[in-house]
Amino acid sequence: MCLGIPGRILDIRDDFGLPMGTVDFGGVRRDVCLAYVADAVQPGDYVVVHVGFAISRVDEEEAKRTYEVLKEMSQLEELEWMGEVADKAIETGERTL
Amino acid sequence: MRYLSEYRDPAVARGLVATIQKTATRRWVMMEVCGGQTHTIVKQGLNELLADQVEMIHGPGCPVCVTPLEQIDKALAIAARPDVIFTSFGDMLRVPGSDCDLQAIRARGGQVRIVYSPLDALQLAKANPDKEVVFFAVGFETTAPANAMAVHRAKQLGISNFSVLVSHVTVPPAMRAILADPENRVQAFLAAGHVCAVMGWTEYDPIAAEHKVPIIVTGFEPLDILEGISMAVKQLEEGRHEVENQYVRAVSREGTVPARTLVEQVFGLADRKWRGIGEIPMSGLVLRDEYMAWDAETKFGVGGIHTEESSECRAGDVLRGQLKPHQCPAFGKACKPEHPLGAPMVSSEGACAAYYNYGRLREPEAAAK
Repeated sequence: MCLGIPGRILDIRDDFGLPMGTVDFGGVRRDVCLAYVADAVQPGDYVVVHVGFAISRVDEEEAKRTYEVLKEMSQLEELEWMGEVADKAIETGERTL
Repeated sequence: MRYLSEYRDPAVARGLVATIQKTATRRWVMMEVCGGQTHTIVKQGLNELLADQVEMIHGPGCPVCVTPLEQIDKALAIAARPDVIFTSFGDMLRVPGSDCDLQAIRARGGQVRIVYSPLDALQLAKANPDKEVVFFAVGFETTAPANAMAVHRAKQLGISNFSVLVSHVTVPPAMRAILADPENRVQAFLAAGHVCAVMGWTEYDPIAAEHKVPIIVTGFEPLDILEGISMAVKQLEEGRHEVENQYVRAVSREGTVPARTLVEQVFGLADRKWRGIGEIPMSGLVLRDEYMAWDAETKFGVGGIHTEESSECRAGDVLRGQLKPHQCPAFGKACKPEHPLGAPMVSSEGACAAYYNYGRLREPEAAAK
């Protein structure tokens, strides 16, 4: 039950004073209470949902930025690794690159 | 979803693993607090990939697992009443109480129903005015906003045949208890990202400072976990002990303020027993006086039920990180998901179930150097 699932808000409505909305989880749609994020979201935004409640908005820009940074880091690692292999190959005289 | 599959990118994961392998000069011991993180780690074999650099101790962050036996017994006593419809999240139904579980109560004719959200339970109360509808309000800070709202709405709408059996716990006191244990081995924490999504992380600053442990607010996808481990290893190697946020896309320093506000309005703090661990001071949530009319424990007079836990299940040792699930003598023998001795084998977030389901029956050994 502690597993929060990210989903995309399709619509927002008022249910007797309680902000509710339909949220799409990769094709599965559910009614979700949006009371805690109502001021910060609009249809199209992503939210983390726990037991039928949106508990946080997912910042898409930030998600993209984090991923780009991680990707860049991993490419850097790979370049360094290739460099090390190349250096070793030079030392041992087995040039493969 | 966009930026979900990306956080499972194997090429990027390899890069992060390489970074951690290069940074670590020794083997560090760290704890992931949340059961959701445990599952990612065990399923993807991250603990095996990094066996030389980190030992991952699986923390107590599985709400089903830490619900004490006596709360289950109280639930069973209430659910057996003919005037009650007892509602719960699905994973609680198979947690063994002293003599049986909620599923057995249902088989004997008790009205036990699984709901997805506590608001569904409230709806059920509205639709069945001649019945008492009770919801088993368990969990950490992630489910507290939902449960707080259900009680608050019941009060607002004047629904008096609804009540909640509260068994709520909070994470920071448990982290303090783990660190204060003389046998503690934890040197850094991956804090539970979604708990922090609600609460923010200001509560962790004094813990990091007092106990000199790095605390990294971490998400749940493989790349989140690897980046969290990488940040923790970097701090440990540099001798720093700060709170850092890996899960920036969902967590801010203050958390989700409207949720925190209602949780604090509906619930107050109290001492609470944790299954297998014992009582942790001020680690539980209880309804405040203004909401006491919706307290099932008072309404049905079950507050006097006290139960000792069985000794065969070593859940307490697992939850405190003293024992890995497969090291328990009952693991996979007397205790399996089909006939669990304790909650960690039942819950989808339990460490024992993770080890059993993903076939991790052997502790990854650090390679001899």
